[in-house]
Amino acid sequence: MPIQYYIALAVTLFSIGVVGVLIRRNAIIVFMCIELMLNAANLLLVAFSKTHPATSVAPLAGIDGQLFVFFVMVVAAAEVSVGLAIIVMLYRNTHSVDVDFLNRLKN
Amino acid sequence: MNLAYLVPLFPLVGFLINGLFRKQLSKQAVTLVGCGALLASFIVSLVLFCDVKTGGAATRAYFDFINVADFKIPFAFQVDQLTALFLLIITGVGFLIHVYSSAYMHEETSDHFARYFAYLNLFVFSMLLLVMGANFLIMFIGWEGVGLCSYLLIGYWFKNNQFNYAARKAFVMNRIGDLGFLVALFWILARAGTLTYSELFTPAMLAKFSQADITAITLLLFVGATGKSAQIPLYTWLPDAMAGPTPVSALIHAATMVTAGIYMIARSHLLYSLAPFTNQIIAIIGVATAVFAASIALKQNDIKKVLAYSTVSQLGYMFLGLGVGAYGGAVFHVMTHAFFKALLFLGAGSVIHAMGGQQDSRYMGGLKKYMPVTHITFLLACLAIAGVPPFSGFFSKDEILAAAYASSPVLYYFGVLGALFTAFYMFRIYAMTFLGDFRGTHDQEHHLHESPKAMTIPLSILAVLAVVAGFVGIPALFAPHAHLLENFLAPVFSDLPEHAEHLSHGTEWMLMGVTTILVIVSIVWAWKKFSSYQLDASEPSGIGKVLANKWYVDEIYDAVIAKPLLKFSGFLKNIIDKRVIDGIVNGTGRFVQYTSRQLRLVQSGQVGGYILMMVLSLVVLFVAFWNQAYILRFIHWIFK
Repeated sequence: MPIQYYIALAVTLFSIGVVGVLIRRNAIIVFMCIELMLNAANLLLVAFSKTHPATSVAPLAGIDGQLFVFFVMVVAAAEVSVGLAIIVMLYRNTHSVDVDFLNRLKN
Repeated sequence: MNLAYLVPLFPLVGFLINGLFRKQLSKQAVTLVGCGALLASFIVSLVLFCDVKTGGAATRAYFDFINVADFKIPFAFQVDQLTALFLLIITGVGFLIHVYSSAYMHEETSDHFARYFAYLNLFVFSMLLLVMGANFLIMFIGWEGVGLCSYLLIGYWFKNNQFNYAARKAFVMNRIGDLGFLVALFWILARAGTLTYSELFTPAMLAKFSQADITAITLLLFVGATGKSAQIPLYTWLPDAMAGPTPVSALIHAATMVTAGIYMIARSHLLYSLAPFTNQIIAIIGVATAVFAASIALKQNDIKKVLAYSTVSQLGYMFLGLGVGAYGGAVFHVMTHAFFKALLFLGAGSVIHAMGGQQDSRYMGGLKKYMPVTHITFLLACLAIAGVPPFSGFFSKDEILAAAYASSPVLYYFGVLGALFTAFYMFRIYAMTFLGDFRGTHDQEHHLHESPKAMTIPLSILAVLAVVAGFVGIPALFAPHAHLLENFLAPVFSDLPEHAEHLSHGTEWMLMGVTTILVIVSIVWAWKKFSSYQLDASEPSGIGKVLANKWYVDEIYDAVIAKPLLKFSGFLKNIIDKRVIDGIVNGTGRFVQYTSRQLRLVQSGQVGGYILMMVLSLVVLFVAFWNQAYILRFIHWIFK
């Protein structure tokens, strides 16, 4: 399967993520959209790694791109836990998960 | 000659002691230091004078004042016949004025008394530097020094604003002249590369100058001289300088300051002998000033004002002498003028002292019987300045007028007119002050008294000098080779081309006779007219009014120069500075404030907004770099 398809899929996913972050106000959905963008990037990493295995050096020849994805996933999992904790705290304080209320950084 | 540095050193030390310890020293100590410094200086000057008389001129360099690469200006003193003569006048007359001041100023508190003497010493020091310098730069230091000291002394009673204005006027007028002097110095430096007289005034060096250079330099130097020596058009400061204490006026008018211009031109006589055009200008300005100032003096009632205008007028004669090439005559007149003008001012001071500060001669009269010494000395000075033979003024003025006649009879006629005015106004003020009945208040009459010894002794000494000083310059007409001063100064002016035209003895007798008769007629007229002067409240009218108002020169200067200048500065201040410059500065500030206020709205705290901005910016960047080849290639590659 040509790599262009993967790229097109990744771009589509990323764009959905961006648009979602921009237009949705629910913190959880925004959060999910961020994950979407992360995973679009992951998808590209895997796709390129698969298509151009020879460019990397031994002993990880051909798999370092895919290996990198695991790190991203680990970091993303940590980020999700922190992020969800923040959202829970947010809900406790404001009884809402609407990001538009989060304008306390102003001034 | 080894002692030359002592001459200015004594007054400088006197200045430092009196200036720095003015709060500690008693009046006696201040007097001792102030007068002692001058006396010491005078004695050294006498020694130098004898040295020069026997040994001729000498130059002594002390250190390099400016030393940059191969450009050097040494701090050097040159004492030749001209300088030696000026040294004697400055320190001698200066000393008498110092002694006189100690009595005149005794009512001042002791720290102001010391301040006064410190200024006087500094004044004399500056003037000595001016005449002793071996190059124009040292002269310039002294030149500026006397300008500063005149400012300080004219504004000595600084609590009176009127006096401060007079001091400021003197300073500003002098600065205008000084600028001309300074430009001339730069010009000389650019052409010759040296300011030292002995190097500069040689035929070889002067050959480097073009005719235009010489004319311009001499004119610029003359501008400097008109400022310092109070000639048209910069003379107006001198009458206002009367704001200072009277002995200061004597010092400014007789010993220091105003003779600086004469000295400078006499010093650069070789340069001037090459500039016939400038000489014409000098002669014309000189004679114009002589007549003009004398005509103003005819109608002044303030005794000091009359004397001030008479100084301006006499300086005009000196410049006339310089302009027609009679350098010796001009210097001679400087000397005789120093004696009788110092005497007149000190006499006027004595009168003012007795009158309790009254200066208006309309309210004096009959002082003859109260102040015999002042009266006699003042009368002698009047005879001297009027040019009655055989008093000193006669010889020096006659020498100048004869030279003027040889140059152009018209100059002579105007010169004689000025001399008639001089005789008239001097005897007018004399008669109004000393003759007739007393016209002041009863209280003043009760207090009239002869001045103390410290004042009358200097007066007497000066009176003797004013009477006999003329005999050092007996014209060849009476006795050949009896002109001691000319013989003495001969080495200084020997490098001048010989005067072509000599007047025949017959002409000289005629000139002398005509002048003398006219002067005596003028004196008798004034004496008759004013010896029984009665207080007259009527305002002068016609030409008298114009003269009493000094030809409205101050008003004209005010309208033509000062007012437009003030208007122009007002325009610069209100429009250019306040609107344009401040507008740019404040406008920048306001623009930044406005834009930042607008930009602040962007930072709303809405995270969504920030992200939107970020994405939009990325899109913009993407579009901006759309044409970049690698992006195009990437996109083609994706969608091929």
